[in-house]
Amino acid sequence: MVRMIDLNTIDKPNWCPGCGDFGILLALKGAVVELNIEPENTVIVSGIGCSGKVPHWIRTYGLHGIHGRPLPVAAAAKLSNHELTVFAVGGDGDGYGIGMCHFIHAMRRNIDMTYIVHNNMIYGLTTGQTSPTSEKGMRTKSTPSGVIEVPVNPIALAISSGATFVARSFAGDVKHLQKTIVNAVKHRGFSLVDVFQPCVSFNFINTYDWYKQRIYDLETVGHNPEDKMAAFVKSQEWGEKIPIGVFYKVALPTYEDELPQIKEMPLVKQAIDNVDISKLMDDFV
Amino acid sequence: MEKNRLTWKLGGKAGEGIMATGIIFSQSCSRGGLHVFDINEYPSLIKGGHNTIQVRVEDREIFSQVKSVNVLIALNKETVLLHKDELTSGGGILYDSSEVLDRKELREDIRLYPVPFNNIIKEIGAQAIMKNNVALGASIALIDYDFDVVARVIRDTFKRKGDKIINDNTLAAKAGYDYLKKNFPNDFNYKLEKIGTGGRMLLTGNDAICMGAIKAGCKFYSAYPMTPASSILHFMAANERRFNIVVKHTEDEISAINMAIGSGFAGVRAMCGTSGGGFCLMSEGYGLAGMIEVPLVIILAMRPGPSTGMPTWTEQGDLKFVLSASQGDFPRPVIIPGDNEECFYMTAGAFNIAERYQTPVIVLTDKYLAESHKTTEKFDAGRITLDRGIYASPEALAASDEKTFFKRYKFTENGISPRTIPGMKKGIYSAASDEHDEEGNIREEIEERIQMMQKRMKKLDTLARELKHPDIFGAKDAEVTIIAAGSTKGPIKEAMIALEKEGVKANYLQILYLSPFPIEKVADVIDSARKTVVVENNFTGQLADIIREKTGRNVTRRILKYDGRPFYPEEIQSAIKEVLAHG
Repeated sequence: MVRMIDLNTIDKPNWCPGCGDFGILLALKGAVVELNIEPENTVIVSGIGCSGKVPHWIRTYGLHGIHGRPLPVAAAAKLSNHELTVFAVGGDGDGYGIGMCHFIHAMRRNIDMTYIVHNNMIYGLTTGQTSPTSEKGMRTKSTPSGVIEVPVNPIALAISSGATFVARSFAGDVKHLQKTIVNAVKHRGFSLVDVFQPCVSFNFINTYDWYKQRIYDLETVGHNPEDKMAAFVKSQEWGEKIPIGVFYKVALPTYEDELPQIKEMPLVKQAIDNVDISKLMDDFV
Repeated sequence: MEKNRLTWKLGGKAGEGIMATGIIFSQSCSRGGLHVFDINEYPSLIKGGHNTIQVRVEDREIFSQVKSVNVLIALNKETVLLHKDELTSGGGILYDSSEVLDRKELREDIRLYPVPFNNIIKEIGAQAIMKNNVALGASIALIDYDFDVVARVIRDTFKRKGDKIINDNTLAAKAGYDYLKKNFPNDFNYKLEKIGTGGRMLLTGNDAICMGAIKAGCKFYSAYPMTPASSILHFMAANERRFNIVVKHTEDEISAINMAIGSGFAGVRAMCGTSGGGFCLMSEGYGLAGMIEVPLVIILAMRPGPSTGMPTWTEQGDLKFVLSASQGDFPRPVIIPGDNEECFYMTAGAFNIAERYQTPVIVLTDKYLAESHKTTEKFDAGRITLDRGIYASPEALAASDEKTFFKRYKFTENGISPRTIPGMKKGIYSAASDEHDEEGNIREEIEERIQMMQKRMKKLDTLARELKHPDIFGAKDAEVTIIAAGSTKGPIKEAMIALEKEGVKANYLQILYLSPFPIEKVADVIDSARKTVVVENNFTGQLADIIREKTGRNVTRRILKYDGRPFYPEEIQSAIKEVLAHG
């Protein structure tokens, strides 16, 4: 059995005191323990930003890559060894800004992996510039007169891009978040968990209190996550009331299911020391 | 009469099947035991625009294309106008008799063979697209080659398309063949004769790269289409189920390299491929692989830049780019093969270097090598051995502390640290694109930074000691020494043969590794040469500049070409004579 203590690292998180990222790390560790997945068979890939540090503070295999690119790295790790449980983690800038292209294409592919987005609606590590999810009008260092664009809606985008499990949770509700991550991992296919993550240093609008006053769990209103249209309607809800929980899920074949190349065993376990290319060469004679 | 020494050129509009027909001709010659080298020239569009394929055939091994043409097959008038000056004395133009050619505009020593392509097509009830087969058949008659060999190649080429297509194509070629035999005397100066049954492969550098990768156990290939690397993607995809390879056409090159990194991290032999523009996008990932020490092979097939440049033409303009792509210092092995054999063996070798030294390895080619077909002896696949590098031993894993990460980046004598991959119990670590300690934890302290930089860079020193470099090719007492890298190898070898016939002794040092650079070897060769000249396909003489940077020797004689076309042996031959005459 995997215990919380097994996941501890020598280095301790150095996020700002009170940062929403602590809640996400705690819920992620809790989910690994609850699911009892061995740390050696777990891979967590991150990009750049405060969220990028996650793989250093949970003792599983990890890869802290470059800005916006955790999804392709994680996807290929899964395709190369589909016996692994694979997570990608990133922030709103990493996933919905610089990495937006990969975000959409990763969802189309439906590779069995879980993508956790630390969505704090601000750039934290670069000390407070606008992010793709900052609300219109928000004043930041890079938008002193207010953001002109409308924010990205990751939930609606995910539903329309082919993600087969689309959920939102809140870093201030670790229990809900852990349950959401567990369900995301259990789901076969690409799972998005967009997490409201208060940034205590640079976002003074979307605070813990701001979220607590607005969020409600979709489970409490009888939402049917298998109804795509209803999910889409719920994804548009913003303002006084903001839903969290599972918006949408559907069982569809994964990308790996469509690859006979890995039906018998993962790529990494296939012998390569005796590849016979004699017939291949004959084709060119 | 010239027997079994011929250059055949087919030209017409893009979309008329020029390349496919040319390859049928190449393969027909190869199957007759002859040696072939072909080159295609085409613009970056699908329909219309001018396309050619030029096939050189001889009864000895040939290494490049030549400039002069003996048979020009013109599917349109434009082909005649553009290429008539390439014809040798006694050469012939085979063209559609419905086109009116002004005899006065053509040299008197060129022979004309008008053939009513369209009428023949109508008579046999074939589709207009088969005009090229009529032309092919007529050219076979003109050079008096064996039609049965051609018919067999047509059959094999179209075997997946069914009997009707095979028959229609064969009939069209036969009709062209018969027309020419019936209407013209058999007195053309250039003839081809079957001298065996072949047994050699007809393949491009890209084909050879794919075969090398597959033999080396490449199991993951990711790429975004880009000329002239696209045919690697097509080859790998066509063979993915046959050899259990996952091939991914990604959303962009950034994804392609990051996927290959994810696969390499997971323990699979992974490769990605692109051209210069795509490699610009890959540069950041290239540095990531260097930093986190993930093995990876990158194929970069060059084309002329800057920017979109000339997408379907050739150049060696990215040498300095790849040597310093991505920020910071990290080991950047760069292999630059010069022919199909080197593409095969050195791509396979690149996987060994990548895994042994845990670093990305670039295989640098260009359009001329990537897309030209050459008859090639079957590779000796038994020569390929696998070196998977060093993995952490069971003892080391057993002894590792379960409270910390595994020392994946352990400091060692040669800079190489034993690897672990996901799934290995007690081998757990987290790779960091940030500077890190032996366990992968982010560290920015002075001592650790210095040690880790030295550890990574030591790997390049270790590799430099292990690499073998080719000896100088040709006479030791040559009047002039040519230094070059990559696809210039073929035309240089051909130029040397021609120079020797003229009594000029030249020798040639081929550089196979741009990094780590063979410093001593090149310095010695320059110091002992009577005259040194560098031949390269770019504007500034990038290789010569690298030589100067690495050896301190300035080779001022630089034969450069940057018009998008490869070197022809004739050009090198005359440039060398110029160097000898004037310094």
